[in-house]
Amino acid sequence: MINASVLYALAGVVLFGMGVYAMIAYPHLLRKILGMNVMGVGVFMVFIAISYQGPEQRADPVPHALVITGIVVAVCATGLALALATQLHALTGSARIPADGEE
Amino acid sequence: MFFDAAFWLPLAIMAPLTTALLLFLLPRRSGLLTVIGAAATIATVFLATLLVIQNGAARHTLGGWGAPLGIDLTADGLTVLMLALTAIVGAAITLYAHGYFTHPVHDATARTRYANFWPLWFFLWAALNALFLSGDVFNLYVTLELVSFAAVALTALAGKPAVLAAAMRYLLVGLLGSLFYLMGVVFLYGGFGVLDIAALGAVVTATPALAAAAALITVGLAMKTALFPLHFWLPPAHANATAPVSALLSALVIKGSFYILLRVWLGVLYPLGETIAPYLLMALGAAALLWGSLQAIRQTRLKLLVAYSTVAQIGYLFLLMPLLLAERNNLVALAGVVCFMLAHATAKASAFLSAGAIQLATGDDRLASLRGLMQIMPAPVAAFAMAGVSLVALPPSGGFVAKWFMLDATLASGYWVVALVIVAGGLMAAVYIMRVLAPLFRQVETVEARRVEHVPLSMNLSAFGLAVLAILLSFTGVYVLEILAIGAPWVTEAGL
Repeated sequence: MINASVLYALAGVVLFGMGVYAMIAYPHLLRKILGMNVMGVGVFMVFIAISYQGPEQRADPVPHALVITGIVVAVCATGLALALATQLHALTGSARIPADGEE
Repeated sequence: MFFDAAFWLPLAIMAPLTTALLLFLLPRRSGLLTVIGAAATIATVFLATLLVIQNGAARHTLGGWGAPLGIDLTADGLTVLMLALTAIVGAAITLYAHGYFTHPVHDATARTRYANFWPLWFFLWAALNALFLSGDVFNLYVTLELVSFAAVALTALAGKPAVLAAAMRYLLVGLLGSLFYLMGVVFLYGGFGVLDIAALGAVVTATPALAAAAALITVGLAMKTALFPLHFWLPPAHANATAPVSALLSALVIKGSFYILLRVWLGVLYPLGETIAPYLLMALGAAALLWGSLQAIRQTRLKLLVAYSTVAQIGYLFLLMPLLLAERNNLVALAGVVCFMLAHATAKASAFLSAGAIQLATGDDRLASLRGLMQIMPAPVAAFAMAGVSLVALPPSGGFVAKWFMLDATLASGYWVVALVIVAGGLMAAVYIMRVLAPLFRQVETVEARRVEHVPLSMNLSAFGLAVLAILLSFTGVYVLEILAIGAPWVTEAGL
């Protein structure tokens, strides 16, 4: 039988896959950065889902602590990526990574 | 207390981290702070190393919490070898960077930007030490990201559009890789309920959760280690960064993610050692070696050639995976891989540093413009030649000892195809190293007409010192074998 925690975990896996697709398929940097965040949310959802230990028991607190740490890391990553993208846009006028011409 | 290695483990992270924070706050004192910070970091690392070698593996429970709830720092033979390698190569690059970034060829705005090198480099040093000391798969994720952020910021330091694009690609690939790794960690926790590597090692069985975790972790870390065919981001990033940063990225940062891969496979994922996964990694390693070497031979610019050589040499790290995992206590194979990391880190750092000195002095890094430089700037050229000896693995050199161990292990287990690949990789390395050395050593009549910038002593000294070290490593094989045996969790079957 499919219960809420399995549903959450599957939704997390789907989000992870959507994020991977966005990071690979879209050339625009903002879409790639958003894709990275969606991927992160997917991982965190699976993490929260596995902390479920049944209706009578309290949820496992360890994944919550890890997810909070993960959110901090994801915020730092987004900040760094946005700063680099802004700088790249200021210098080249484009928010895409130029095609690799082996140079 | 002071004679317990566990006391020094957190200090090996705190020393460079404190220095990095002080360097952010007091950029004008960077000269003094870097000397004190580097000395303090090296001192703590060497005390920890000596005490681990003398008393065996150490474990520090941060804040007294202890696993499974707290995060433990652990140090065994493999850890202290990586810490010591980082300290030695890091010290040489610190010395080099003092000469490089203050050189008069850089204009005032560039020098202001380059001042950011110092806090970022000490932040990277702290992150690397934390990575090597982590005994917990989630903490490894955090340190992996810290290393990646510092490395990306250091890459972007050069400021040109090409390098910013390379840094951006490096960051995105790094994030993709580490989120794959994190998803793998989720599966490990979901399947086994602990995060400490030693604790996981005691409870893992070959379940579907472990297989899913192994796939996610391996893909993520292969991306971060630039294993073929996920290597595309490495050459532009390593070739376009400034010389000290290229050396750091190639010598140390790549080793960080490979170290996690090695630790996790040996300590946690070993029940899958008999599956196809290690053979797949071996095949990709062989492909990396052949493809990277071919690309290196085709390059016309010195730094791109050295960067593609890194793509090739990463292949060697993966060639012995089936040997490492089929018999978990194959210390000869492990010694081959670890000696290779030591040899590659010293030789490749020296190659990038001397290439950087040549580029700084001549303003050019095309292979065609290297003609006759031996007569003008013998120190960097000699350093590059000695580093080349180790990269080709001629005796006596660190690279030779590493390949000796590797060939010994492969032939003893009957993997003669792998042995052939190892030999072929050496021959191809000889070709691309010779493409650099041949013009460098050519006698040229019109030397006086060529003006080159002065290369400071600190730069020559560090490039040359690392090259000498790459050669001297040939006498350390036995000690590496002995140190690796300390507290190696894969030697005893129980894992604890």
